[in-house]
Amino acid sequence: MGRFITRRLLLTIPVLIGASFLIFAMVYALPGDPIRALAGDRPLAPAVVAQLRAQYNLDDPFLVQYVKYVGGLLQGDFGSDFAGRPVLDTISQRLPVTVRLTIVAIVFEALIGIAAGVLSGLRRNSFFDNLVLVSTTLLVSVPVFVLGFVAQYLLGYKLDLFPIAGINAGWYSYLLPGLVLAALSMAYVARLTRTAVSEAMAADYIRTARAKGVGYRRIVFRHALRNSMIPVVTFIGADIGSLLGGAIVTESVFNIPGLGRAIFDAVQNQEGAVVVGIVTLMVFFYIFFNLVVDVLYALLDPRIRYE
Amino acid sequence: MTSDAQHAAAEGEPGNVVTGEAQDLVGQASLWGNAWKKLRRSAFFWFGAVITLVLVLMAVVPQLFARGIDPRDCTLTNTRLKPSAEHWFGTDLQGCDYYANVIYGARISLTIGLLAVIGVLVVGVLIGALAGYFGGFLDSLLARFTDIFFGIPLLLGALVLLTVTSERTVVTVALALVAFGWMTAMRLVRSSVITIKQSEYVQAAQALGASTYRILVRHILPNALAPVLVYATIAVGTFIAAEATLSYLGIGLQLPAISWGLQINLGQNYISTSPHLVLFPAGFLSVTVLAFILMGDALRDALDPKRS
Repeated sequence: MGRFITRRLLLTIPVLIGASFLIFAMVYALPGDPIRALAGDRPLAPAVVAQLRAQYNLDDPFLVQYVKYVGGLLQGDFGSDFAGRPVLDTISQRLPVTVRLTIVAIVFEALIGIAAGVLSGLRRNSFFDNLVLVSTTLLVSVPVFVLGFVAQYLLGYKLDLFPIAGINAGWYSYLLPGLVLAALSMAYVARLTRTAVSEAMAADYIRTARAKGVGYRRIVFRHALRNSMIPVVTFIGADIGSLLGGAIVTESVFNIPGLGRAIFDAVQNQEGAVVVGIVTLMVFFYIFFNLVVDVLYALLDPRIRYE
Repeated sequence: MTSDAQHAAAEGEPGNVVTGEAQDLVGQASLWGNAWKKLRRSAFFWFGAVITLVLVLMAVVPQLFARGIDPRDCTLTNTRLKPSAEHWFGTDLQGCDYYANVIYGARISLTIGLLAVIGVLVVGVLIGALAGYFGGFLDSLLARFTDIFFGIPLLLGALVLLTVTSERTVVTVALALVAFGWMTAMRLVRSSVITIKQSEYVQAAQALGASTYRILVRHILPNALAPVLVYATIAVGTFIAAEATLSYLGIGLQLPAISWGLQINLGQNYISTSPHLVLFPAGFLSVTVLAFILMGDALRDALDPKRS
């Protein structure tokens, strides 16, 4: 166990270094003036350019630049916008909103996804099973922002069930965006659960339990579900990281003032440094949750850690 | 090849425990021949294929569908008209015929989807085949390299790359998608190459002194491509959706390009008064993605020897 975790932790280090280097290289090492690229079409005074060059250490050799950049990241320096406001300020202000949205999405994803998957997995080829198959295929093919607009138009505007935008109605205003954000993962969770449950129900240990006269409920909940939940739980865990990325689209559609909306606004205002700063943080989150999930997987499934 | 011949061939391969696998190894003709037989019977496949065919036609000769209307022929006084007999999908903010605009949008979506998938296949197959065939240090090195890219989600990576790209065209958007989208293809190719490398006919080719290049390209790759082609079919849809998402966020294509994502971006401000500005391009986009997913799913089922 300890060996597995150590190995997994060690494997994360090159990924972290590599990912930060990749982002750094894209921004500061591609041909062309990075300051110009980050500013977009915005005109910059020579004094501002000089100040930014100093701030990003652009006059240092390439590797020195990178080391200083990572050093800055480690101290929470994610760059700053053109008005000089640190990106970290924006992050600490916006993060709680995104965390709330992600929690709502995870709850939807787990509840609806697992319930639909279990029901269809227990009754393969039933009407409900086919319904789940068709609806998950449709959910996967509709891009998230399209789904957002449709939900916003039908449920928010036409039926007036939910607020159209913003977070003024407390947790209630997170429901519709959370559902939209969760939709894609919900479809995957349902499919994953369906396969796992139907495979488990066909397994030898279930036949043994049946032969011994164990009740149906007990078979499903104690024997089949426990085993089939392992991949599902780890998928949901790994998904926390991807939901942060999906939040860019959902928060833009529903005007939720979280990290994703901050990226959207920064794109519109051509604040390149803000985009890069927040994306870097999201990438770190993503890598972190993947690490947590792998360790969790080993804890849940003895077959992994004794390999 | 008839089923008898296949059976004989399968039995004639000692050491292969799984008959299905043996069949795969016998030759391309039987694998793809069988797959085609199954595909022909799949309603989902035909549904996806017909839609794709229409979309390809739409991309190549949009004039055929656009009722002779030029998408850039606009009358400002006709701004945001509702759908009517004259303007089937209404008009947009500039008073351009929206139907013609949505039709012309197919070209960019399909071009980017196909370009990105071709790029992903080239990079993925190359790196995956090298890592899988040579193994050892090279494999570890390439696997770590892939892990790094896997640490950055497609949308986030493309977002950063396009943020610092001053001129965003069809090619640069496709390249950004390739840069952060090739990893799954690499892993698929790598694992099938590792499996196939062990088989007797590859050992035979090695014993006969065939060159590494010849073994990889003539013997291993044709048999290793099935899983990655299934993935690639679905990925066309994924990349089309990703382009639309990036354009919607304002970081993909720029005006005056005609793209569904851009149309949705421009239409979103009028969603309560002119929902058609969002719904029509969104509908076309979703059906396109659906078509590729259905074809990919059908292809996967057809190539799966466990399903007869």
